[in-house]
Amino acid sequence: MREAQFWTWHVLAGVVILVLGGLHMITMHLDGLWGLFSPFGGSAIAWDNVAERSRQIIFPILYILLLGVALFHGFYGLRNILFELGCGKGVRSLINFVLVAGGLVLFAYGSWAAIAAHAV
Amino acid sequence: MDTDSKGTKDILFVVRRYNPETDGAPYNQEYTVLVEPGMTVLDGLHQIKNTQDATLVWRFSCRMGVCGSCGMLINGKPTLACNTQILHVTDRVLTVGPLPNFEIIKDLIPDLQPMFAKHISGRPHIHRDDWDPRAAPADEYYQTPEELIRFLQFSYCIKCGSCMAACPTLARDKSYLGPMPLAQVHRYNVDTRDGGFNERKKIAGGSAGVARCHYAGECSNVCPKGVDPARAIQLMKRDLVFSYLRLKKRKGVCGTIGPAPHAKRREGVPDPPPYTIEQKG
Repeated sequence: MREAQFWTWHVLAGVVILVLGGLHMITMHLDGLWGLFSPFGGSAIAWDNVAERSRQIIFPILYILLLGVALFHGFYGLRNILFELGCGKGVRSLINFVLVAGGLVLFAYGSWAAIAAHAV
Repeated sequence: MDTDSKGTKDILFVVRRYNPETDGAPYNQEYTVLVEPGMTVLDGLHQIKNTQDATLVWRFSCRMGVCGSCGMLINGKPTLACNTQILHVTDRVLTVGPLPNFEIIKDLIPDLQPMFAKHISGRPHIHRDDWDPRAAPADEYYQTPEELIRFLQFSYCIKCGSCMAACPTLARDKSYLGPMPLAQVHRYNVDTRDGGFNERKKIAGGSAGVARCHYAGECSNVCPKGVDPARAIQLMKRDLVFSYLRLKKRKGVCGTIGPAPHAKRREGVPDPPPYTIEQKG
């Protein structure tokens, strides 16, 4: 049942990515429309706008959440693809270890970046 | 290739041959067969064996599409030889080979034992926790027409192996259970007479189960009986998600028309036959 549980979270993560990724797209590409997320005008990735968003706690929280679900969704998908290439039990265990370790490292680094930006 | 006024024509059969005792690798052998309208691939193979090459071997039985024995790769599609009219699929060349994704025993005969072993692992029988119907048969089970429809389509499976041959996941990962075993797991899970969902979900939800299916749909595309195993697998994914997230309570198993399961055997109800396999516990 474990694989079905992972698959369930994979699907749920996909739904969450749709929402948070959509929000990210709106922030990045519709900044001129509302000016909501880019209060200083100009490009969404202009330093002032980035700093302003980072100061609001909701953005780091949502970005860390998006990072987490995207890493899980992507790495679980990669795991499935690699498993289907046909590999033995030992190789599967190695793939699991590498992907979990890599995912945790990337999550930690990305979370640190978001938190550090908030603290600036 | 001439066609006469009755529609009879010469068709070139390109048949995959392989004898593991004498051949290093499979090879193609060509035969010209005089085909009449209505002749099936199975008829063509019989004609070859009777008039040209008695060494050609394949499985067949009912010759009417209900036993599943003659599953083979015909013009690149896994299907039943008895169900495929030659002139419906070609007017020149017909390629015939054994089902892919299986080891070849000889010529057109695949080794289906791994498929049957996977099928058995899914516990494809009515399972109840309340009592063993074989030990104390009480009365008939009763089901509504709606309950019957939920599993009826999937019970049409004749275990021909065509879906297994068409599955792209199985082509790369032999540990995957495959469309037929998983469709049969779902067939029994949704049968209201059955109470074995919790046992089977360990198989279906495991590393070789439904999570490996990417919904290519080729299994349903080739199924000669309209079973739609792809649909069964997707429905089972839904059931497993609902079970894991506790979103839907499963109904209990249906009872019988007659007395309670543990009631004394009614007069006239015969003793059950002896078990044919050793009972544990």
